[in-house]
Amino acid sequence: MIGGLYRAGDSRLHRAGAGIKLAALLFFGTLLLAVSSLPLAAIGLLAVLALHALAGFGPRVLWAQLRPIAVVVAVLVLAQLWLATPSEAVLLVLRFAALVLAAGLVTLTTRTSDLVAAIERGLSPLARLGLDVGKVSLAISLAIRFIPAVGQIASEVREAQLARGRRPSPLTLVVPVIVRLLKMADEIADAIDARS
Amino acid sequence: MSTRDIVLVALFAALMAALGAFPPLMIPAIAVPITAQSMGPMLAGGILGAKRGALSMLLFVLLVAVGLPLLSGGRGGLGVFAGPTAGFIFGWIAAAAVTGLLVERFWRGLNFVTAFLAASLGGIVVLYGIGIPWISLVGGVPLATAATGSAAFIPGDLIKAGLAAAAIVMVKRAYPMIRPAHGRP
Repeated sequence: MIGGLYRAGDSRLHRAGAGIKLAALLFFGTLLLAVSSLPLAAIGLLAVLALHALAGFGPRVLWAQLRPIAVVVAVLVLAQLWLATPSEAVLLVLRFAALVLAAGLVTLTTRTSDLVAAIERGLSPLARLGLDVGKVSLAISLAIRFIPAVGQIASEVREAQLARGRRPSPLTLVVPVIVRLLKMADEIADAIDARS
Repeated sequence: MSTRDIVLVALFAALMAALGAFPPLMIPAIAVPITAQSMGPMLAGGILGAKRGALSMLLFVLLVAVGLPLLSGGRGGLGVFAGPTAGFIFGWIAAAAVTGLLVERFWRGLNFVTAFLAASLGGIVVLYGIGIPWISLVGGVPLATAATGSAAFIPGDLIKAGLAAAAIVMVKRAYPMIRPAHGRP
């Protein structure tokens, strides 16, 4: 199985239940977005930074989470400075930093399997509305198992084409891979049905 | 949903992950990386149809949310959804649904032109129609500003719609999924 973004640890945050962390994140995000207050956003960011320290994560982990949004947020800040006021630009940066880091903290301290279990528990009330939670679980676990398999098939098709002296292009690669996946689907479905 | 449908949904979510592992293509003239991943919603909708295509994208988004680093560049986790461009990720679900609906509509005489229309309406018009207002809303900038910033990605997305359309037509000929080519309706 492929590795998730979870980082092992033994802090209180690591030990807290996935459902509680998700609920806290939801509350934190709603509060931060509903109330446009510079002091609140600043306190929120400080609190998230303190929680990172508590979980044992240093500046490098913080930056790794912020880097993907840095360019877009920088552009948004320029637009805000031009169209609005500097304090609104500061609020924007504080909010995004706090939200992204809070969400990242849940990801870093919670195993993928625990989050999947929390989602399944969260969905179970919907069973009364006709949602088959067992099928959702099946889809999730199948997809996680298929990810390395699809990568394997793609490299097999690529090697076969190279061996025949053809340079693989995106199109000559994607079509045979998809056709193989579609053919596989019948066999896999039959195997699952035969076992249940 | 039959077991086969669930397997197909899971396979296309995994295909989406494989597309994310493709190294991005840099086009010097526009200095914007072209990633293979945004072809995923067009392929899923155009090959599996609206319902299974959209569900496969929903499943993929869920896998990213539970902490798997499956977005191109190895990004993932809940933090992705708190960023300003999250609309372009949630938008994949609607993009696959609309591409799928249009391909189902054009199914009988599907050719490159109609498949390209479906892929670009779903994978570009609908996707940007969600992504741009999202940036505007969470980033506090006017729609026009958000649209200008996103426009640089359109040429790359048109190339991807072309590739996806060609793939959709070829796969339909080899292995039609939306309706069998002969016999039973």
